[in-house]
Amino acid sequence: MADKTGLLHGKVVLVTGGASGIGRASALLFAKEGARAVVIADVDERGREVAGQVKGLGAEALFLPCNVALARDVEAMVKEAVARFGRLDGAFNNAGIDGATARTADYAEEEWDRVIAVNLKGVWLCMKYELQQMTAQEGGAIVNTASIAGMVGWRGASAYTASKQGVVALTRTAALEYARSGIRVNALCPGVVRTPMVERVLAHNPRLEEVFLRMEPLGRFAQPEEVAAAAAWLLSDASSFVTGHCLVVDGGLTIQ
Amino acid sequence: MRLAGKVALITGGAGGIGGATARLFVKEGARVALGDIREEAGRRLAEALAGEDRRAIFVRLDVTQEEDWKKAVEATLEAFGRLDILVNNAGIAMRKGVQGTSLSDWEKTMAVNATGVFLGMKAVVEVMKRNGGGSIINISSIYGLVGSAGRIPYHASKGAVTVVTKAAALELAPYGIRVNSVHPGFIDTPMTAPLLADERTRQWMLNATPIGRIGRPEDVAYGILYLASDEASFVTGSELVIDGGYTAQ
Repeated sequence: MADKTGLLHGKVVLVTGGASGIGRASALLFAKEGARAVVIADVDERGREVAGQVKGLGAEALFLPCNVALARDVEAMVKEAVARFGRLDGAFNNAGIDGATARTADYAEEEWDRVIAVNLKGVWLCMKYELQQMTAQEGGAIVNTASIAGMVGWRGASAYTASKQGVVALTRTAALEYARSGIRVNALCPGVVRTPMVERVLAHNPRLEEVFLRMEPLGRFAQPEEVAAAAAWLLSDASSFVTGHCLVVDGGLTIQ
Repeated sequence: MRLAGKVALITGGAGGIGGATARLFVKEGARVALGDIREEAGRRLAEALAGEDRRAIFVRLDVTQEEDWKKAVEATLEAFGRLDILVNNAGIAMRKGVQGTSLSDWEKTMAVNATGVFLGMKAVVEVMKRNGGGSIINISSIYGLVGSAGRIPYHASKGAVTVVTKAAALELAPYGIRVNSVHPGFIDTPMTAPLLADERTRQWMLNATPIGRIGRPEDVAYGILYLASDEASFVTGSELVIDGGYTAQ
């Protein structure tokens, strides 16, 4: 049921990578927080199920197949979202891939290109078209999923860390550029989150989970809902003086 | 009702950011103890917020005094039976540089802004451990992240808050106690009123803030609310910067 006291009451919000993991949890939470409409964009057709679940929570929903690395897909995504719902108040640019694990000298070029294309160029493309729309509207909020790997080095993840640090830089630059246009741009730096992407990485190397858990101050990984809550907050009017910020949701992993 | 059933102790709660936080917390279902040396304003606000079911109390609290902290925690437990949230918000500022700052200026600023935060954490940890957890929010500043000319003791004290927050977060994580810092930019409060009253300074602050306005106490209160609530259950040792983009440039 639309909650008048919800963080996103009445807003039209878009989530990329909305078919699973953080994106899916966010789409559902945005609906619970009173969003009028949630657009779920993903290359993964399971996004349709998520759209169905969002409708069940009382918000309008639309699934749009979209590969964020392709300009024509992203342009169409924003265009269709606006055509259907009239405006775009919030965008959670969350689609991302982890890429292969290999040391810097051994990293394959095609893999590098793929990770940069989705994680970095994809965020830029999404912002490009979202900012055009939000500028015409005179307002909006954008949240980009970076990572704690956007703040520190991470062995075996040269492309991933480069892309995520890039997202942080893009976030701050866009925040400065559009600050006086009523548009806020912030980044989310999740730590280790229990998503399909992470479970796949851990499944490859069972000892890795044990190693990571021991490093976690809270003794556990994050649930996708905990990251979704941060995204909802940053998209809401509650954070109306927050822009150019990277909110770390990592259970204290990077402060030691 | 994001704080339903929770009890918070807010220092510097009589006005400014602390007062705005108290109002918002009560609105979101919390019961609050306002700690402050501004007794008249503090009592008035507590009365206004108390309502029929006595949701708010005032307790005189000089954050530099261990005995005051002991009494404040006791009063909170007596009134409300529990303590879930501590907002270490009390702070002072003075515009003095390296040469202009006397030793006593330095010590006074450090006492309120840094030692006060430490004493607060020390005073509540045992209660929170017995509680099964809690949330401590330490108000630092953008000046706990970056420098500026002419505010030596303030920077020192706020920088201390930034790192002591992370150390406490690591230490208290096993007990379910989260510790985070908030870094406000230029906010319209009694503390900054003298600065904002000077037109040139005000204009400088506006120009330096990308969003192009001065922050409201509520802007910071909402951030404190998020960190205090269970929605931030995986957030600890983090810095929440509420500065209209000042530190992004």
